[in-house]
Amino acid sequence: MPEETPVLAAEDVTKHFDTGRQTVRALENVTLRLYRGRIAALVGESGSGKTTLARLLAQFYPVTSGEIRLRGEVVSGPDKDFYGEVQLVFQDPFASLNSLRKVEHNVRRALKLHGHAADDAAVHELLAKVNLTPAADFARKLPHELSGGQRQRVAIARALAVRPSVLLGDEPISMLDVSIRLDVLNLLARLREEEGLALLYITHDIASARYLSDDIYVMYAGQMVEGGPAESVIQEPKHPYTRLLLDSSPDPERAGGSSAFTATAKLGEPPSLVDPPPGCRFHPRCPFAKEQCKTSFPPRTEFADGSWTNCWLHNES
Amino acid sequence: MKVRIGIGIIVFFSVIAIIGPWLNDLMGIGPWKIDYDAIAEPPGAGHLLGTTSQGTDVLAQMIAGTRNSMVVGSVAGVIGVILSVVVGVTAGFFGGKVDAVLSFVTNMFLVLPVLPLTLIVAGYVQDTGPITIALIIGLFGWAAGARTLRAQTLSLRGRDFVMAMRMIGESKPRMIFVEVLPHLAGWISAMFLHLVLAAILAEAGLAFLGVSSADTISWGTVIDQARQVALLNGMWWWFVPPGLCIALLGTATGLVNFGIDEVMNPRLRTADIKAMRKALA
Ligand SMILES: Nc1ncnc2c1ncn2[C@@H]1O[C@H](COP(=O)(O)OP(=O)(O)OP(=O)(O)O)[C@@H](O)[C@H]1O
Ligand SMILES: [Mg+2]
Repeated sequence: MPEETPVLAAEDVTKHFDTGRQTVRALENVTLRLYRGRIAALVGESGSGKTTLARLLAQFYPVTSGEIRLRGEVVSGPDKDFYGEVQLVFQDPFASLNSLRKVEHNVRRALKLHGHAADDAAVHELLAKVNLTPAADFARKLPHELSGGQRQRVAIARALAVRPSVLLGDEPISMLDVSIRLDVLNLLARLREEEGLALLYITHDIASARYLSDDIYVMYAGQMVEGGPAESVIQEPKHPYTRLLLDSSPDPERAGGSSAFTATAKLGEPPSLVDPPPGCRFHPRCPFAKEQCKTSFPPRTEFADGSWTNCWLHNES
Repeated sequence: MKVRIGIGIIVFFSVIAIIGPWLNDLMGIGPWKIDYDAIAEPPGAGHLLGTTSQGTDVLAQMIAGTRNSMVVGSVAGVIGVILSVVVGVTAGFFGGKVDAVLSFVTNMFLVLPVLPLTLIVAGYVQDTGPITIALIIGLFGWAAGARTLRAQTLSLRGRDFVMAMRMIGESKPRMIFVEVLPHLAGWISAMFLHLVLAAILAEAGLAFLGVSSADTISWGTVIDQARQVALLNGMWWWFVPPGLCIALLGTATGLVNFGIDEVMNPRLRTADIKAMRKALA
């Protein structure tokens, strides 16, 4: 990962949700950095805290501890300038557009509110940028007249209208038809290239992370367990959980993954975040778990290929 | 279809309310006109719905009464809806302390017994006309609606599209009026209809209890007078029409609300417009 200052970063961030009677420990000391012109993928099972991290980055709610930094400056709360730089694309394109408003309303408001020209030409240009052509036709449509993929493009166009430098995509393709997922992924890849956006791509699917991203972060039950350049993480996974994810991913290049290891590890369920296991939260499912794993979370171990992991197996000291 | 019948009935009564006096003139009848040759006559050629024991025309009274009853209903409906929208949506959208205060007020009004209270107030106010009654119903009847709207707004506020609009920097007033309120249109119209019906019933109830001014005619006052005489003499043509009108309007609001429920059903939510069209068809 490059040496420059990240455009947006979560530094040592912890998030606990207080729900009256109990506390959900959704994120523990997580660090994630987004760089200009790069796509970082955040991979993890359902409930691992991916959305929580994206929403912390987007300042939907405050961190419990740690910092969100925009170009190195600590962000103390959302304001218009912040949202002029950081935009989030939601998972569900059926919920993220107002069902009673036309496509153009979304894009036009975003342009207007950020002081950009908001005439038809500007609106159509943005729609064309996300491949909604003929733009003039799409501009006048209501969400229910669009497919999921088209809606997601509208949501992306709305986010782009403020001319952000960071785009956070919370599983932007998981609700889409398989046939159009690739189109949306390619659109994101193009935006990174053409606009120099810093992108966060959240997904369950480590294969699509490999396809799209420069860096991959792997999260388990609120803990960041591994990260690094995409190829290193995919080719040489260091953490047992990453290996589990890869083995259970239907990637043709890595066929026949069902080893004794996956059989053991698959048995488990992700732990409760109200009363999480101490130490490394993966230890109840990990076939290699040692005594150490049950008591304390391992420090980070860095590797020559640029990747790192938090795992006692790689920390012999 | 059901919705259409409901809307048809409501439109019918509204039209009668508007053109009532003119219609009476046209037919050469009047609510106060006494026909000494036809006292307590059953329906017939001279008097389509018969006459009262004083010789006034029941049809003319019904037509004149429709206007007052509808005025009571719509004034109460408008006041009640405005109050419940202002209180409920504000509480739901802003949350926090604003919500705490407004919810407290709402709950207080919610436990007030409206009809007994109306009786008390009506007893103090001289000459309780239809507007007074409408005001009382509107001012005391908004709380249930406000509570529903608060809950709906609260859930809308957390929906993705509202978050997305907040992220592009949309202002609060536009957020409320452009993004949130249109989604509550179904609830608001259901509430309005409910209040209209409640006010008409309350006014009729008050008239029945004798609390209303002597010189207004409404469906309620017609029933009240009929009660005193008609029931004993079997003059069904006198008390059936006002009862029927009230029942009809009640059915109509029920039918329309039923259709609105279908539209608001979360199963159909992703296709609001289509569902709206279907429900109205
Ligand atoms: N507002 C909240 N209040 C309480 N708990 C919450 C809240 N938001 C999230 N959580 C909890 O935090 C944990 C992480 O949730 P999160 O939505 O971040 O997971 P995720 O990785 O995005 O999962 P998915 O892949 O299913 O989207 C879950 O246990 C969830 O129940
Ligand atoms: Mg999620």
